[in-house]
Amino acid sequence: MADNALFQFLLRMGDNSLILGHRVSEWCGHSPVLEEDIALANTALDLIGQTQFWLGLAGEVEGKGRSADDLAFLRDAWDYRNVLLCELPNGDFGQTLMRQFLYDAWASVMMGRLMTSSDERVAAIAAKASKEVAYHVERSGDTVVGLGDGTEESHARMQAALDYLWPYVGEMFDSDEVDAAMVKAGIAPDPASLREEYDALVGKVLGQATLTIPTDTFHHKGGRTGYMHTEHLGHLLCTMQWLQRAYPGATW
Amino acid sequence: MGQPSVDTIWDWLDQVPDPEIPVISLVDLGIIRDVKWEGDTLKVAVTPTYSGCPATSVINFDIETALRDRGIEKLTLTQQLSPPWTTDWLSEKGRAKLEEYGIAPPSPKGEPDRCPNCGGHNLERTSQFGSTPCKALWRCRDCLEPFDYFKCI
Repeated sequence: MADNALFQFLLRMGDNSLILGHRVSEWCGHSPVLEEDIALANTALDLIGQTQFWLGLAGEVEGKGRSADDLAFLRDAWDYRNVLLCELPNGDFGQTLMRQFLYDAWASVMMGRLMTSSDERVAAIAAKASKEVAYHVERSGDTVVGLGDGTEESHARMQAALDYLWPYVGEMFDSDEVDAAMVKAGIAPDPASLREEYDALVGKVLGQATLTIPTDTFHHKGGRTGYMHTEHLGHLLCTMQWLQRAYPGATW
Repeated sequence: MGQPSVDTIWDWLDQVPDPEIPVISLVDLGIIRDVKWEGDTLKVAVTPTYSGCPATSVINFDIETALRDRGIEKLTLTQQLSPPWTTDWLSEKGRAKLEEYGIAPPSPKGEPDRCPNCGGHNLERTSQFGSTPCKALWRCRDCLEPFDYFKCI
């Protein structure tokens, strides 16, 4: 049971970075300017690199011989454990960067806590990822401020992005029995305990961006538990997993 | 042939260029974390620079080729994640070679010390990311040349 909870926890970490990384990679060759194209591609690369560590460890903990690639390419939507925020469509550039900031802020707090995990493999991945995440949140935060406190047009788009994405933020702080088992083993913090630090960071940046956080506290859920993903995930997997679906077992 | 010493192996690895920035060696880059013999097996521990750096697999291949070419038969490469790679591990030789090549070496203040082309200090950042995960794009306002800056992490 303890190992199964750890497996689930690792899938949640790895699926978040995999699905968001894939989404961000969709921008490759389509960004508004070359520098942003490079930045988005590099961010996606970091996220997919972190995925290799999380899903690699997940496969090891599961003990059925599944590799990171097996987990990424041979599972269907209902077996994914990422939060819904990560699978939402890119929208415009502003929406993509707003989604990135809302995720990066969570990841920066989470990696900081996981660096003191009782499981040294988890602590090592978090220490590695935290350096990259710190760089990501600096960039996505700066861009959110630049566009939010920019022109009338960019401000309106960023506010619309925040209004659309905010109801997906709460899921990152939900807790269930998997989280309880992780807390008990000293492996990971209770997600709810990250909220205060997250709100302080996000509140400060969104304030500088002259954006207003919606007051409605309703939030969507179902991604991290696998209860129900949005329709978008299946479409994403159709593209990401195309080769393995068309040619099962194909190797490089 | 007797077993080459660990120092000899380090010298050999110092001749293997980084695949993306060939003016510096893998040893200069600071990613070779340990070299040791266990019986007749050579063990080399390598740490990745960035999690998703596409050069990682090429680097492992280059290490293996370099050592096998010199007669090492039993070789194990391990990935060592902790402690995570930092640009503090770049050698002084490597930093000098980077600058000579036109890449500003990492600086703890988080920005280049000077333009690698003209030495000017009137600099601006054009992008937080560059042509590889380890670099950012900068420009010198004195000589107007764009240049790469090796990010400090």
